[in-house]
Order: sequence, then structure tokens, then C-alpha cells
Amino acid sequence: MGRLDGKVALISGGARGQGAREAEVFAAEGAKVVFGDILDQEGRAVEEQIKSAGGDAVYLHLDVTSDEDWQKAVDLAESRYGRLDVLINNAGIARSENVEDTTEELWERVMSINTTGVFLGTRRAIPAMRRAGGGSIINLSSVAGLVGRRWAGAAYSASKGAVRIFSKATAVQYAPDQIRCNSIHPGPIQTLMLGVTDDDPALMATRTAEIPLGRIGTVDDVASGALFLASDESSWITGIELTIDGGVTAQ
Amino acid sequence: MGRLEGKVALISGGGRGQGAAEAEFFANEGAKVVLGDLLDDEGRAVEERIKANGGDAAYIHLDVTQDSDWQQAVDLAESRYGKLDVLVNNAGIARFEGIEHTTEEQWEQVMAVNTTGVFLGTRKVIPAMRRAGGGSIVNISSIAGLVGRRFAGTAYTASKGAVRLITKSTAIQHAEDRIRCNSVHPGPVAYTDMQAGVAEDPERLARVTADIPLGKLATIQDIVYGVVFLASDESSHITGIELTIDGGTTAQ
Repeated sequence: MGRLDGKVALISGGARGQGAREAEVFAAEGAKVVFGDILDQEGRAVEEQIKSAGGDAVYLHLDVTSDEDWQKAVDLAESRYGRLDVLINNAGIARSENVEDTTEELWERVMSINTTGVFLGTRRAIPAMRRAGGGSIINLSSVAGLVGRRWAGAAYSASKGAVRIFSKATAVQYAPDQIRCNSIHPGPIQTLMLGVTDDDPALMATRTAEIPLGRIGTVDDVASGALFLASDESSWITGIELTIDGGVTAQ
Repeated sequence: MGRLEGKVALISGGGRGQGAAEAEFFANEGAKVVLGDLLDDEGRAVEERIKANGGDAAYIHLDVTQDSDWQQAVDLAESRYGKLDVLVNNAGIARFEGIEHTTEEQWEQVMAVNTTGVFLGTRKVIPAMRRAGGGSIVNISSIAGLVGRRFAGTAYTASKGAVRLITKSTAIQHAEDRIRCNSVHPGPVAYTDMQAGVAEDPERLARVTADIPLGKLATIQDIVYGVVFLASDESSHITGIELTIDGGTTAQ
């Protein structure tokens, strides 16, 4: 018996890294997974992986800044699997420029993917979740959505801060529909997006030094938190920030 | 394969209510459980129930304000089960008096059980967890440890606020020992002492649920799921956080 048996989940940014891991874990726990990305080749490969492991998943092209793409994704969940219970707004981009080096173009691009993307996906998922009798929306923010961070860009921090409070507004406004909404705040995670890999020991050491538990997070650390918030185990949890940061912000 | 397979857990206030449910669920997930309480008859009954369901548990008398009781509890975990991986500081008492009606005696009693108890338990388990190569401490605070609450007493609120920050202090100071420490902040939970009679009294129930966005009280199981998540290796990169389980109350 999987922890997500009977649930249908939609995951953005699922073609690689953290989103791909979430799709795999969710499928392994019994969910049917629709996942989208702009990286179609990688996405289809993840779909094949999940199917060959015995899971049920379908990839589709999803540019999170396109309302039309979101509509297609929600339609696919309902037409193929009959309902939508879980949305993970996982897609995002990282930029590390501070405010003086942030152009208007850069600002707009980060805000449109990290923040407008969450808005569009949430707006599309809510009617479907209402039809399903409730649901769980999980928005990937960051520790940079909680506190100022030396390494986090100005636009990135602003976008993740917006996601934090957007989550609470959604939680409070849609609680009567039994739609829950929570944010996850990872510290540095070992993915391509962070640009911190084993190939760069010096950067790894710098970034690890500020983490009390003494290691960079993994995609599994985040997927475990997303699984908890997606499942009915957290059915009385809404509007919270789940911080997964090795103790960084407890200091 | 249980989510707590191979772990040894110590739970205070395990004789009934939320602590008993934690003990039973932990055992179901494969943990070996030492549970303590002041209520010996109830505690032994919980031990028997767990064993009857095929779990492994041992009850011990544990007054959380007594350092020597904590020593015996930790010793029992190590002697019977070989190590200690998880502590749930669950024991607590609720008082509803506002500050003008709080006597020194009440203040001292609430602080002794809810705050000093957490301090004493944490102090005793750290050496054992260090011997085990790490561990997870879960402290039960309250939403009254995050914000002021109309119906939470002054001493209760102060005691739960203290728990919130001893948790972060422990998390930071013992991260290098691989000991994690997090707090859980429940809103009102039905069918516990803390909300005795609420579920059966429509007027009180309406008053208590009015400010809960999800429109209902928590069940004990809602809280237990959060505690299991923090006890398990699923949360191995989580320390120093507040896990709020409150139906959206403090998101407003």
C-alpha cells in the first residue's frame, strides 16, 4: 500500500533534478503522475523510467508561463486519470545577481517562471481539485524566500518570497474547499540548478560551511517532504512553511 | 518495511492520548519504544496493547521533572534495546488562566512540566544519541508557542514559546553530533485532555473551530503523522524547524 495510492499528481519541472525525483517517488508510492517541463526529451525519458519501474506516469510539454499549457496539463490529468489531487509547483530558475546587476529583463524572466508560473498553475488546478473534493498544492520556495541570503539573487529572493505568501493566501482562501496549500523551503540542494556539484570541491566546501548538519541537501530530502505534504498524513496541515535546510535558518 | 525500522524511541507522556498514539504508531512502523508517564496503570496497558499487536515496547514510570527518572528511562532504552535514536518530549499540561489569574504555583508547575521537562530529557538523551551516532529529538510545542492565543493560558504560552527556542538552540549546538531537533506546533486537538469535552459541546466546538480555516479540530493521528516524519530518516536534512499542524490557523 503506497502512501499516495489513488491520487493523481501534476508536477511542473519534472524532466530532471528535483522534479524528476518527485515524479519517481510519487509514482513509487502509488500516485498516477502527470509531469511537465520544457525539456521534452528528458521528460519522455523520465516517463519511460517510471513505466519500466512499474509506475503510471505521462509527460507533457509545460511552459509554466503559459496559461494554455497549464490548461492542457490539467485536462490531461482529468481525461487520462479522472481527477487531480496534487499539484507540485516545482519548476523554477535560479539567478544569483544582486540588485545592482539585475536588469529588467532578468527580473521579469525570474518572476515570470518562479512566481507567475505558480499563480497560473494554482489558478488552473483549483477548479479541478474542487471537482475532486479537495487537494494539496505544494509550492517550492527556498530558504531565500524566508531570509536574505548572500548567494541568492535579488530577483530569485523576491520571487521565492512571493511564493511563500501566495501559498498562505491560497491556503486560507481555499480551506473551505478542502484544498490545502503549503510551501517547501530547501536550503542548497545538489542539482544542476544550484551549480554546486562534486566537480567543484571549493564551492561545495564554501556552501557546506554554513549548514549546521554539514552537508548539501539531496533531491531525496526534498522529495520526502513533498511526499508528506501531498499525502493524507498532512491532511490538517495548510499554510505552513516546511523548511528543509539542514538547520541554516534556525541560526 | 516500517518507516522507523531499527530505531529505538523514548516517548514521555505515553500513558494516554497523543503520547500513547505516538507509541503505538512508532511500534507499528518498526521502532522499539520506551514509553514513560506518571500514569502507571494506563502506561502498562499501552505496553500490553503494543505487544499484543506484535510490537516491542516497555513502559517505565517517568516524572519529566525528575532528572533521575530520565536517567532510568535512557538506561532502559540502552540496556534493553542497545541504543537510543529518538526522543519525543510529548508530556505536557495545559492551563487556561490569563496572567492576572496565574499564581506563582501554577506558573512554576506549568514551566516545570512543559519546559524544564524538555530540558532535562534533552540533556539526558544527548550522550546516548552521540553514542548511537546521531538522533532525532521531537519537542511538542503548540501554536501557543508561535503566537498569542485568546484561550491559551499565560504560563502555557510562555512554556511552549520556551520549547520553540530550546529546540533551535539544541539543533544548532548538536548538529555536529548528527542530532536533529525540531518542534511540532499543533492547534487544538480533539479528544485529548487539553480539549476535554470540546467535541461533545456544540457551543464550545463552534467557538474553537471558528478560527480554523480547515473547519475542524485535529485528530491525534494528524499530529502523530508529523512526529513520525520528523523521527524518521525521511527528514534527515531537517533540523531546527517548526512543524505547524494547525488547519491553517496561524497562516492567517
